[in-house]
Amino acid sequence: MKKDAKLVIILLCLVVLIVVVPLFALKGAEFGGSDDAGSVKVEEIQGEYEPWFTPVFETALNGEIPGEVESLLFCVQTGIGVGVIAFLMGRFVERKKHEKSNTIR
Amino acid sequence: MTKLQKRTLRISIVLAAFLAVSPAAGAMHIMEGYLSPAFCIAWGVVCIPFLVKGFFEMKKVFAENRKAVTILAMAGAYIFVLSALKIPSVTGSCSHMTGTGLAAILFGPCTTGVLGIIVLIFQAVLLAHGGLTTLGANTFSMAIAGPAISYGIWLVCRKCNVNKRVGIFLAAAAGDLFTYCITSFQLAFAYPDPNGGVLASAAKFLGVFAPTQLPLAVVEGLLTVMIMVALENYAAQELKAIRFEK
Repeated sequence: MKKDAKLVIILLCLVVLIVVVPLFALKGAEFGGSDDAGSVKVEEIQGEYEPWFTPVFETALNGEIPGEVESLLFCVQTGIGVGVIAFLMGRFVERKKHEKSNTIR
Repeated sequence: MTKLQKRTLRISIVLAAFLAVSPAAGAMHIMEGYLSPAFCIAWGVVCIPFLVKGFFEMKKVFAENRKAVTILAMAGAYIFVLSALKIPSVTGSCSHMTGTGLAAILFGPCTTGVLGIIVLIFQAVLLAHGGLTTLGANTFSMAIAGPAISYGIWLVCRKCNVNKRVGIFLAAAAGDLFTYCITSFQLAFAYPDPNGGVLASAAKFLGVFAPTQLPLAVVEGLLTVMIMVALENYAAQELKAIRFEK
């Protein structure tokens, strides 16, 4: 168990490093989506390209989803996921504790 | 304004919106409207058998194996979280992970396909990320082909007695990376290079996606190892219930 805890901490630090280093290494980079890079490449190969269908939400709004709202929606998505994982993980951890104290008694 | 004027105005607004809206920013999935209808349908059809099999597998889990439902929910939630996190990469652009490695290792690629399409629909409808017309293609790359590779690598690692955690890392990272390779080829089939054909075009798309995705694949591998460590420690009975551990 102790060994696993150590491993998880080391891995977490690695993850943070990999994510944060580009931010500092490439100061001034735009960090846009690689989708956009994808559509640029499409135009490079194909010439002008007009997507033949727009996202339903954007059609309903008659325009793009405002940036802040988009980040809100992404947060909602993350929130749902983290909520489920944290809830279930909490139950598992408590269950193990319970089982342990029962066997000791 | 007369009725006719109003109607004309409305139509012009819709038309303008349709024509002027640029593809939504984001990463990785093929953007809405960027595949011709023939490709949209073809990729969708390819996905159907996998999804049907996945649906039956899931139904079986619900009916016979209640203990595994929590793990299934967790694997789905993991895809939700990881595919929402846009992460800066070494190339100066952002992309996100797939999160499908965990579900693939635990449940196989077909069940993962069903979990993945839920996330993709959520993102296509609410986030203008990916798209409904490109849903089939995106489902195939992210929720079927990527997980299939993950699952395959995981099985090979098990067979060859590779350390379990190394195996999990390799499977998740390779699945993530492979998803983008498939996306590149899907775009290449739709947009072959006028000089070099499909392969030259694929190389161009890979050049955009692969360097961005490489560090993220590593991150996904590491995160998947972490969550598996947690599950092994606290949910051993559930892992046994899905025959992941004997």
